[in-house]
Amino acid sequence: MGKPTRVTNSIRALRFAHGEMTQADLAERIGVTRQTVIAIEQGRYSPTLETAFLIARVFAVPLEEVFQYAQEQS
Amino acid sequence: MSYLEKRAWIYGIVAIVVPVAYAVVLLARRPAAGLADTHYAGPMLVAVGAAILLNIAAGSLVGGPVRRDERDKAIGRLGEYAGFYVMSIAAVVPLVLAMREAPYFWVANALYLALSLAALVSSAVKIVAYRRGF
Repeated sequence: MGKPTRVTNSIRALRFAHGEMTQADLAERIGVTRQTVIAIEQGRYSPTLETAFLIARVFAVPLEEVFQYAQEQS
Repeated sequence: MSYLEKRAWIYGIVAIVVPVAYAVVLLARRPAAGLADTHYAGPMLVAVGAAILLNIAAGSLVGGPVRRDERDKAIGRLGEYAGFYVMSIAAVVPLVLAMREAPYFWVANALYLALSLAALVSSAVKIVAYRRGF
């Protein structure tokens, strides 16, 4: 099963770096369900720009530290 | 599995089971004169009502009120969009049947089939979107 998006993210690493924050905690703080956090982490869903900024704000890092866009392979 | 994904499964299963049961009832009640003479209105109304009640009952069994977030709304829109296209295309069949003055039986059942297919595709698209992403 291929990932439907080329957007990758470091949410899992950031959660662990922030006191092993649970997916449920992060979901609560950004106003989505835990299933949506799981889908974002696994690259099965690209969040809206607003949610992406909210995630970055929770971890107090720039957006680019949370989300990366893979270069197109030639 | 989220509540809304479970609801999509329920919707899809109901969209298969109820029309199949309806078809079985129609075939069992088929008169010798042919299928078009079958009294379909009663069973069809029961099937439509049963589908609504089953969705409500099964939906309440798998959980309570739930918050829909942006992903749920996006998946919901995607499913409804797919269902709309299926319905738009499938509705051509009863339209043509009506133009050709086919028996009411075939017009009504072609329309019921179109509605059932739209519901099935809509729920299938939602399930795939929930499980595989989009």
